[in-house]
Amino acid sequence: MNDSHAKKFQKDLNGGLVALVLLAVLAKAEDDQYGYDIAKRLQHPAGGEPLFKEGTVYPVLRSMSAAGWLASRVVPSYSGPPRRYYRITPEGRAVLADWLAAWHHTRDFVDHFTATETPP
Amino acid sequence: MTSSIPESIDAYLQALRAALAGHDAALIQDALYDAEQHLRAECAAAAPRSEQQVLAAIVSSYGSPEEVAAAYLDTEARVQAAFAVPKYAAPQTSTPRETRGLRKFFAVYTDIYTWTALFYSMLALFTGIFYFTFVVTGTTLSIGLAILIIGIPFFIAFIGASRVLAYVEGRVIEVMSGERMPRRPRAPTPEQSIGKRILAMFSDARTWSTLAYFVLMLPLGILYFVIAVTGLALGGGMLSSAILEALQQLGLPLYTTFDIQLGGAEFDAWLTHPFGLLLLAIGGALLVTATLHLLRALIRMHGKLAKRMLVAW
Repeated sequence: MNDSHAKKFQKDLNGGLVALVLLAVLAKAEDDQYGYDIAKRLQHPAGGEPLFKEGTVYPVLRSMSAAGWLASRVVPSYSGPPRRYYRITPEGRAVLADWLAAWHHTRDFVDHFTATETPP
Repeated sequence: MTSSIPESIDAYLQALRAALAGHDAALIQDALYDAEQHLRAECAAAAPRSEQQVLAAIVSSYGSPEEVAAAYLDTEARVQAAFAVPKYAAPQTSTPRETRGLRKFFAVYTDIYTWTALFYSMLALFTGIFYFTFVVTGTTLSIGLAILIIGIPFFIAFIGASRVLAYVEGRVIEVMSGERMPRRPRAPTPEQSIGKRILAMFSDARTWSTLAYFVLMLPLGILYFVIAVTGLALGGGMLSSAILEALQQLGLPLYTTFDIQLGGAEFDAWLTHPFGLLLLAIGGALLVTATLHLLRALIRMHGKLAKRMLVAW
C-alpha cells in the first residue's frame, strides 16, 4: 500500500525530471550519444536504485528531438536496428538553462520546508 | 507486474505491440524500434546467457511491455498538449462536406506513397520477371544437380541468395509502401553443422514462402504494371485530347489537325460538343486519380502480403 503511494509520487515527480536529466547528460557529453548508452548511464549513477525505467527514456528523447531541442542522426549497427544518436542543440541548451534555474529554485524551496522535518 | 515475462525479444515486441494496439502507427513503430534496438544491444552485451535469462533481467530495468507502452502514450499526450504543432489543422467547419470529400479524393496527389506506389508498380514487372527466373532456374538446377556432389553447395548458395533478395525486396517495399519491414538481415543462426543447417533450411517455412513470393511476383508485377499503364494512359489520353480539342475549337493553331474518334460519328459529334469535352476532361482526371488511388491501395496490400511471406513474426 505504502509502496504504491511512493511509486505514484515518484512517477509524478519524474514527469519533467527525466527530460531535465537527459538534457543535462547530453549537454555534458562531448560527442553524440545513442539511446542505449544514455539509458544505461542513467541506471546506476552512484550505485543507487534508478529513478526510472530505461524504457521511459526513449519517448522523451523522441519528443525533445521533435521539439528541436535535440538533433539526431541514424547510424547502422550490427547488433540490431540502426542506432539513433542524439546531440543537444543551442535551443536545447537555452531550455536546459531555464529548467536548471527552475529546478534549483524548486529544490531550495522544498528543502527549506522539509529539511528540519525529516527524521535523521 | 504480475504479467508473464516474455521469453524472447520477438515475444516482448509482440507484447508491446499488443499493449499499444489501436494507437498511432508511427508511435507504435517508434516504440517497437526503440525497444528492439535496446533489447538487442542488451542481449549482445550479455552474450553467454540465454535470451530468456537476459529478458527476465531486462524487464525489470527496461520496464515491462505495459509500462513502456504507458510511457510512450503519456509522453505523446504531454508533448501534443505542450509544444507540438498539430500535424493537421483542425477541420474547417465552414467548408461544405462535398468539397472536403473531393479534396480528400484529390489529396492522393500530395501523398508521397502514391508516387512511390506508382514507381513500385512499374518496377514490379521487371523485378517480377527477375525473381521468377531466379526461382525457376535455381530450383530446377538444384533438383537436376542433386545427384551430383555440387548439388548441395549449389542449393545452399541458392537459398542464401534468395534470403538476400528477400531482404532487399523488403527494404524496397518499406520505402515504397510504408509497411515496416525488417531493418536488418536475419540474425545468423548459432553455430551448427552443415547438415543441420540444410535441414533447417528445408524445414523453415519461410524458405518456401519466400520462394512462393518470388514466383507470385511475376503475375502480380504484370498486373500492377498493366493497371498503372492502362489507367494512366487512358485517363491521360482522355484529359489531353479534351484539352487539345478545346484549344483547336477555340482557334488556336495546333501543328497537326486533331480529331477525336471514340465511337461512331454520332457519338464523336456529341463528344466534341463543349459539354462533351468537359465531361471527357473530368472523366480523364477522375480516371487518372482513381488509378493512383487503386495503385496506392494495391501496393499497400502488397506490402502486407510481402510481410506475411518474407517476414516471420
